[in-house]
Amino acid sequence: MKIPEDRSKYPQKGEDGKLIVDMDSHKYVKLWQGPNHPGITGNMSVELTLAGDEIVEAKTHVGYLHRGFEKLFEQRLYVQNLATCIRMCVAEPDSNEYVYCTAVEELASIEIPEKAKWLRALQLEMARLQVLLRTVAGQGGTFGLGVGVQWGMYMRELVLDRFEELTGGRVYHMYMIPGGVRGDLPDGFKKRMEDVLTQIEKYIDHIYNLLYNNAVFNKRARGIGVIERDMVEKYGIVGYVARSIGMKRDVRKDYPYLIYNKLEFDPFTTDYSDVYHRSLVRWHDLKMTVDMIRQIMAGMPDKGIFKAPTPNALHWRIPRGETYVRSESSRGEYGMYMVADGSEKPRRINLRGPSYTHAIALLEDLLVGANIADVNAIMVSLQTCPPEIER
Amino acid sequence: MGLKDLIMPFKAWGHVADKPVSLPKKEIFREAAPRYRGFHTNDVDVCIGCGTCEAICENNAIVMVEVEGIEAKNGDSGLRPMVDYGRCCWCAFCVDVCTTHSLNLTNEYIWVDDDPESFKFIPGVDKKSWDGKEDGWHKPGPDYDLYPTERVKMEELAPEERDSSFIEFVKGYSKEQAQKEADRCVECGICINTCPAHMGIPEYIKAVRNDDMQEGLRVLYETNPLPEICGRICTHKCEDVCSVGHHGDPLSIRWLKRYIADQVPAEQYHEILDTKEIYKNNKKVAMVGSGPASLSAAYYLSLMGYECTIYEKLEKPGGMMRYGIPEYRLPYDQIDKDIDYIESLGVKIICNTAVDDKKFKELEENYDAVFIGTGLHLGRSTRIPGSDHEHVFQSIDLLRAITEGKEIMVPEKVVIIGGGNVAMDITRSMARLQRKKYGKVQIITTSLERENEMPADREEVVEAREEGAAIKPGWGPKEIEIVDGKIKGLHVVKVLSVFDEDHRFNPKFDENEKNFFEADMVIESIGQGMDISYLPEEMKEKLEFGPRGRLVINEYHQSTLDWLFVGGDMVVGPDVIHGIANGHKAAIGIDHYLQNKK
Repeated sequence: MKIPEDRSKYPQKGEDGKLIVDMDSHKYVKLWQGPNHPGITGNMSVELTLAGDEIVEAKTHVGYLHRGFEKLFEQRLYVQNLATCIRMCVAEPDSNEYVYCTAVEELASIEIPEKAKWLRALQLEMARLQVLLRTVAGQGGTFGLGVGVQWGMYMRELVLDRFEELTGGRVYHMYMIPGGVRGDLPDGFKKRMEDVLTQIEKYIDHIYNLLYNNAVFNKRARGIGVIERDMVEKYGIVGYVARSIGMKRDVRKDYPYLIYNKLEFDPFTTDYSDVYHRSLVRWHDLKMTVDMIRQIMAGMPDKGIFKAPTPNALHWRIPRGETYVRSESSRGEYGMYMVADGSEKPRRINLRGPSYTHAIALLEDLLVGANIADVNAIMVSLQTCPPEIER
Repeated sequence: MGLKDLIMPFKAWGHVADKPVSLPKKEIFREAAPRYRGFHTNDVDVCIGCGTCEAICENNAIVMVEVEGIEAKNGDSGLRPMVDYGRCCWCAFCVDVCTTHSLNLTNEYIWVDDDPESFKFIPGVDKKSWDGKEDGWHKPGPDYDLYPTERVKMEELAPEERDSSFIEFVKGYSKEQAQKEADRCVECGICINTCPAHMGIPEYIKAVRNDDMQEGLRVLYETNPLPEICGRICTHKCEDVCSVGHHGDPLSIRWLKRYIADQVPAEQYHEILDTKEIYKNNKKVAMVGSGPASLSAAYYLSLMGYECTIYEKLEKPGGMMRYGIPEYRLPYDQIDKDIDYIESLGVKIICNTAVDDKKFKELEENYDAVFIGTGLHLGRSTRIPGSDHEHVFQSIDLLRAITEGKEIMVPEKVVIIGGGNVAMDITRSMARLQRKKYGKVQIITTSLERENEMPADREEVVEAREEGAAIKPGWGPKEIEIVDGKIKGLHVVKVLSVFDEDHRFNPKFDENEKNFFEADMVIESIGQGMDISYLPEEMKEKLEFGPRGRLVINEYHQSTLDWLFVGGDMVVGPDVIHGIANGHKAAIGIDHYLQNKK
């Protein structure tokens, strides 16, 4: 016999379908999650209203990281902005480099050398690899399963070592530059990369066992933070989150850039989007990324220049025009809209990252009805990057 | 959920015997990758303080500062970059843009100090443990540049098109070419200090980029009233020190100057330079000689309100610019364009009037001040046996005769002695005349200096060869052989060295290695001297002469006679830009003198 749950003490829906929360009734508690918390990289708060341990209202607050990137761009030379744009996402700065450089190249009508395209793709996939290593296992961390996080962080360090060799930097690479990249593959890089990939592959399988064949993880991750299919268009959902509801959205496939049309890959999809499945899609992304890096290393031309000649960076004037450039970041479509007015500095740059809709609008919706203990899990499953919201 | 879900996670225990991946403390200080962007080093001896690192730094982390022991000199600002690690983001664009490749990053990355101020340091000057370390970020590859290092090629007439006529062979830049070339400038301003006239070079190059010819012309005339002329034949000392030239071709500063001047029609000069109305102060200044120094002095004095009169011995004004430099390098209409504008400001140029001692005394009486810039018009002789023959000429006399349109002797075989630009001018002029007359060129130009020591511009030597002349450097003239009153040729011996250890002119010869250059005519082009015979004797007594017979002058070119100012090749040079510079300086000096004169 099932006893029906007594929901009379919980807030009831009003005429507009929203819950009526009367704070003066003293039945509810306000709790701030953040700005510092384990849910996401960077600072962002969620103002939670609780009835017992259930969330009845959630409001996201940003503003803890605002550095005014888009305004800074307007006051700096095109080349100087390279060192600024990467800071719009600490976890995965390379997508910023790519969209920024490509936007400049499109407006200035510069074709980059073939070699640079492969090197850029390598950088983007390595970036995806290091992000996914941290976040896939990190999903387990939100339920208190720290082992995978430690494995992931260790593997990530190995990828950062390769970044250090290739680009001269571990976290902020500043490797792309309008016209190409800033260096060729170092000697013996391919072999060392392969060694790392082999090691990572081993751990990827272990992570599978640790998470998806885990009774606790199954029990807790399934059925929370469920995204319905009709929410996709409403919230502008992209990337792996959309793929988890069965929509094959991948900029690399839909609008191939660099050399992605020369690679073989098939993004994994599921047809039910809860924390478990979103994590599973990302686990498959991780596996796919390892394979793609191998393909890139095999297809990379040995010879050729890695930077096309460009005008003097100190007063490079980009012709008047506007463009939108997109790439597939680990979180989904990552786009930059750039307006040039013919001067040495951009007129306007606007960045559209997936976090903006995922973390602000979608999260507020997903959290309602969730248990307080699952907030972090839902946040991580959306892989929010706050600096990308506060440009 | 099945049994598998309960058991599988325990597989993680399989790692329990793994070697720990966390590093013990002593291994944390590991060596970074060879390309790692760590701390800065700077080779201060190679660095020229151009400041491009400062210009590109988006964080203002680099400031150019004066350093004890490093003085500003030609081609070096004397400043060195100071880096503030409170601001630096290690993007290494400062390294990528460094014109001399002196600034680099090492792969060193640990620096512990309790004094925050210590993190501001001057790489290379403040000694650090990582100084001289090879590993680290360097400019990536030879094809990688943040500014174009290759010069936009100047189009010229092909040798076979130009070698029988005196038409200008350098075509000049098109708008597209000029803007492309102007784009290469890094705006360091090292050139400004080197230019004798201290022209605002980066400013006018910027005007070319902006396609603002009016602004460009205004910048040019601030320091140089002869841009058409200088834009063609300036000795471009600025290009020798151009920071872009350290790894690449230096900017074509001279051609860009010419481009600006060429774009603006003469009729617009008054409007653009705002010289329609000039206040007159009723003071009069005379100039003797109408070369660049006098013209420059007259231009700036007339802008200050002085009434200037220039006396010229020859038929047309311009001095050595007209009578020394061949037309194919500097067409006469371009000289006229610059001089006509100066005349239009009210400067009187009286030609065909030689100033002698009597006339000079008149000038002293009738004018408030006198400027002399009569240049070096006396050719020097080698004084070797045979050099007194009637078919041994001075290059300067022949060049003048060619300009005046006089018939000159053009034999089949010519030998020219000299390795400077004037020697190249007469070589190339004679080559043109020979080709016109005989359809072929038989000229040997020989100089004491060896190939790489020749004082002539490299391009002049190359172009002279293209036009058919044989340039044979490193031979010392010994004797002109004369048989039956006719020149047969020049005997030469091999030169071992031209200068001694103290860099003084003291040629040494190998008398055993001889050569003979056949010739019907020998032209000497080994330098010129000044002729001041027009100065009255009593004045000469009052004047002070320095070494090599040059007049002693002060900073403003005032001689020991306070009303007499001296400029041009007589003082420094010989070249046009020095004349322009010291004409300007003298104009300021004359103004000071007359303002303070009671």
